[in-house]
Amino acid sequence: MVPGLITAALLLLFVAGCIWLWLPRHARALEEAAKLPLDDEEKTP
Amino acid sequence: MESYNDRVVRQFAVMTVVWGVVGMLVGVLIAAQLYWPSLDFNLPWLSYGRLRPLHTNAVIFAFGGSALFATSLYTVQRTCHVRLLSDRLASFVFWGWQLVIVAAAVTLPLGYTQGKEYAELEWPIDVLITIVWVAYAVLFFGTIARRKVKHIYVANWFYGAYIIAVALLHVVNNIAIPAGAFKSYPVYSGTVDAMVQWWYGHNAVGFFLTTAFLGMMYYFVPKQAGRPIYSYRLSIVHFWALIAVYMWAGPHHLQYTALPDWAQSLGMVFSLILLAPSWGGAINGILTLSGVWYKLRTDPILKFLIVSLSFYMMSTFEGPMMSIKTVNSLSHYTDWTIGHVHSGALGWVAMISIGSIYAMLPRLLGLPRMYSVKLIDTHFWLHTIGLVVYIASMWIAGVMQGLMWRATDPDNGTLVYSFVEALNATKPYYLFRLGGGLIVLAGMLVMAWNVFRTFREAVAAPAPQAVLPPDVSDARA
Repeated sequence: MVPGLITAALLLLFVAGCIWLWLPRHARALEEAAKLPLDDEEKTP
Repeated sequence: MESYNDRVVRQFAVMTVVWGVVGMLVGVLIAAQLYWPSLDFNLPWLSYGRLRPLHTNAVIFAFGGSALFATSLYTVQRTCHVRLLSDRLASFVFWGWQLVIVAAAVTLPLGYTQGKEYAELEWPIDVLITIVWVAYAVLFFGTIARRKVKHIYVANWFYGAYIIAVALLHVVNNIAIPAGAFKSYPVYSGTVDAMVQWWYGHNAVGFFLTTAFLGMMYYFVPKQAGRPIYSYRLSIVHFWALIAVYMWAGPHHLQYTALPDWAQSLGMVFSLILLAPSWGGAINGILTLSGVWYKLRTDPILKFLIVSLSFYMMSTFEGPMMSIKTVNSLSHYTDWTIGHVHSGALGWVAMISIGSIYAMLPRLLGLPRMYSVKLIDTHFWLHTIGLVVYIASMWIAGVMQGLMWRATDPDNGTLVYSFVEALNATKPYYLFRLGGGLIVLAGMLVMAWNVFRTFREAVAAPAPQAVLPPDVSDARA
């Protein structure tokens, strides 16, 4: 019973995490974060 | 002016190539021994049983490990806009890891072994590994702690998970009671020992050979493509899904053994679930090329990186299929497993490492490109052709072995083939495997030459590269 509830809770947490991630207000910050590997390329002439 | 510590990165990058050549050379030798057994010259330290763990340790921990140290220490500095936490600690990690590798190269041929696959090294070396690994963890996480960028880039999450998980796996699987300087007995026994070993073994694949190299992928694929990763959101989902699921798949190595049936089924189910995050992540990497697919025509480094992802997808499809009990009853103990492993090791791990080293090295040396782009292309084709020859021969041999071993006479229930008949039928494929391995090794020698000439081109000591200003991403916004 308890392991089942823990599994269900973790699954819900995962789904909640995904929903949080896809909230439109995070779009800009994530877009900027994705550019991190390219930062030094921009600095190179 | 603060600059990056690229000295340790260069050292590990060079040793990646050196250990790659050595590890694959030993692989070619033992492949030849399987075809011509007398090649052990009746010397115990040249026997297959001692050299095979030397080969696996060399390619996984020396070649793959050095590539991971090099790229993780490069990536964490560039994405955190800060120099490594400590130069002395970085130097200790480099020399400590080389000492581990040399100790392995000496003790394994001498026959000192724990008899645990991928964890053969005896307890004094295990203690050394633990010390070096803790130093590495302090170096990596300490650098992240003093970062000048608010966000921790996703590649660092993958590298971080690998560092933590490997520490856990190494310590738990190697708990043993010493019985002398080079002899110990594990605290586990029987089925529990087998389960702990394969919990370790599969997660060595999951966290050392997958998660860490995905960190490499999340930095070097966008870098080489000149575009951000296709979906940063997907990369985060990929991370959490992968690390949550991988830990449970180990029992699939023990199908049809004394392990409780429920545990075998659990391993199978989690292996099948793994297909989703694995393919999600790989597709994320491949789609990063959307709009710049034409670069594949002219950039052999990108070819290495993208083809590695194709092999990753192939291996992560094949692995779950082989974990299904009915499929496993055919594939287990056959050379199909060897084909699968090399599709992952030479296709995914080696190709992403080689591509990343080619991408990183000129930047480290202040050069616009490697000495010869044409030689990178030659290496790509040698590696790909050799790999396909290798895995195709092992697949065919493996399925044939499985079918021959299980064939029974319907009239009286006896076996149709003796073991030696299956062995004889396998022999020609061992020759093809040797040929494939030789071609792959030839590619590594081409790489070694190209790397040597690139270093020669960087005549003067490369100027230290200044760290980027704090939080460029905020400044851009």
